Amino acid sequence: MGKYTENPLAVDALVREDQVHRDVYLSPEIFELEMQRLWRTTWIYVGHDSQVPAPGDFYTTTLATQPVIMLRGDDHVVRVLMNRCAHKGAKLLSGQQGRCEANLLRCPYHGWTFRLDGSIRSIPQKGGYEGTAFASSNAARGVVRIENVRNYRGFVFARLSDVGPSFEEYFGESLSSIDNMVDRAPEGRLEIAGGVLRYLHDCNWKMFIENLNDTMHPMVAHESAAGTAKKLWANEPADAPKPMAIEQFLPFVNGYSFFDEMGVKLWENGHSYSGVKFSIHSKYSSEGEYEKLMEQAYGAERARAILGEVRHNTVYYPSLTIKGAIQAIRVARPIAHDKTVIESFTFRLVGAPERLLERTVLYTRLINAPTSVVGHDDRHCYRAIQEGLATDGNEWVSLHRNHAISERDGMAGTYNGLSEVSMRGQFRAWARFMKPHASTGEHS
Amino acid sequence: MIRHEDCVALVYHEARLLDEQRFDAWYELYTEDALYWMPLTRGQPDGLTHTSLMYEDKLLLKVRIERLKSPHSFSQHPRSHCQHVLQHPAVESVDHDGLTVVVRTPFFYMESQLDDSIVLAGVTWHHLVSEKGALRIRMKKIELVNCDAALPSIQLFL
Repeated sequence: MGKYTENPLAVDALVREDQVHRDVYLSPEIFELEMQRLWRTTWIYVGHDSQVPAPGDFYTTTLATQPVIMLRGDDHVVRVLMNRCAHKGAKLLSGQQGRCEANLLRCPYHGWTFRLDGSIRSIPQKGGYEGTAFASSNAARGVVRIENVRNYRGFVFARLSDVGPSFEEYFGESLSSIDNMVDRAPEGRLEIAGGVLRYLHDCNWKMFIENLNDTMHPMVAHESAAGTAKKLWANEPADAPKPMAIEQFLPFVNGYSFFDEMGVKLWENGHSYSGVKFSIHSKYSSEGEYEKLMEQAYGAERARAILGEVRHNTVYYPSLTIKGAIQAIRVARPIAHDKTVIESFTFRLVGAPERLLERTVLYTRLINAPTSVVGHDDRHCYRAIQEGLATDGNEWVSLHRNHAISERDGMAGTYNGLSEVSMRGQFRAWARFMKPHASTGEHS
Repeated sequence: MIRHEDCVALVYHEARLLDEQRFDAWYELYTEDALYWMPLTRGQPDGLTHTSLMYEDKLLLKVRIERLKSPHSFSQHPRSHCQHVLQHPAVESVDHDGLTVVVRTPFFYMESQLDDSIVLAGVTWHHLVSEKGALRIRMKKIELVNCDAALPSIQLFL
């Protein structure tokens, strides 16, 4: 049964302090183990509760490749159910989102119906089950409900396994990035708005996640996009008002010292963000009316503190990355070891002028769309890695930049921005959550 | 007055310039205030508060075509190629003073890069105006039939 499934030491040996073996990206068996272990025992992002505003509203997605339904119950609680009829296994819902008819889930095959908490409401011709062992079967329990679900300020996460760290233990202080994004709304809440971009990548999911705090690549990979924008803008008179698109493109080709000085902060369990002191979002034109609304809502000092925090990407390992400063998120949905869909969502800051939504919509289109000149070069590089790693002669990926022995005592801390420490932190968490005992529930 | 046959000819001409990658000549077909729009959803009302696949003014279009000339456009190693196959363009409407003509053109589009290719289909709407004696594109709106699919990279122009 493969090289790794029954051999925890072989999995462990894939990750060294400063290097990882290519099989973490190339092996379909490792991908299966990731979905069974890492993606089951950790907290995975499901969706935002504003996608299901009213009882009976649903949103479908996948967690660790398994189809799930996020829905709001009659009691207004947001729940996550496996998208599988209790009977023969058909997906109950195939649309992306909508409203359950009569607030019931009804299987399209044999018409079993379920309440919004997953329990069985009715089975046609139920008499046929009399005298059978149906009542003690899995089917009689209804749709499988994921018990470990947490709605944190609108962001809904689930842990598929019964064992694993608690939500607070897992995310700890990293939740401050979600806090900052939500606090940026004068009314203190966000709404998903502006649609979802779904960008198909022919690479392993980790290449995307690692790239989010990889500050050594923009000036190289994005020279052709942002560098061209910079060159074209250089022809304009110095006092010409800078279009928002130019403001958003230009920092991608800032020099190494900019990205080094901005810093990267790590927490345990693979979470991190770059842009500790400042970021590529720091120099956007001020939004006077919005800032006034923020001061009215929070007081001048607190408003300044909230808006002064301009983190670049925060990685909520392994599934979610957010940009609090412009209210955009990207979600990794792994499909296979070499196939991943990246979904990009944007948020409305409730109580803020629509111009703020326009800013995030512009950014996400310019940077995250399948048509993005920035996205094209990122995706090209991920695929180049996926194909290049298959070569013999060197099976290891170097993560040595600014590695220090002191990281053995713990990864949490603030580091220089160009360090590859965020990737080392991710793989330390990876190795920990890939241990078989963490996920089976046999040992806790 | 704008002649309908000129509108039809312009739509065919535009597609040919794109397929032959004559981007500088293509760029000149657009008015200074032109908009190139590829919505993300069906019936999308605007491109400002809703994400689009493309919603670009001439400056952003210029960034694209200048980038394509750069040897450091790594995603263009090797180069992409495309082919439009257009249904005969039809004049859909003419505004009251006859200065803007809207043309509707169903299409198939293939973009290929060595062993990879994607096929897209949809309807293009051209808003054409007469400017300094020449017919120009003020807006091109491309409604993809599979706009909500998870798409790979689309690197050239539909």
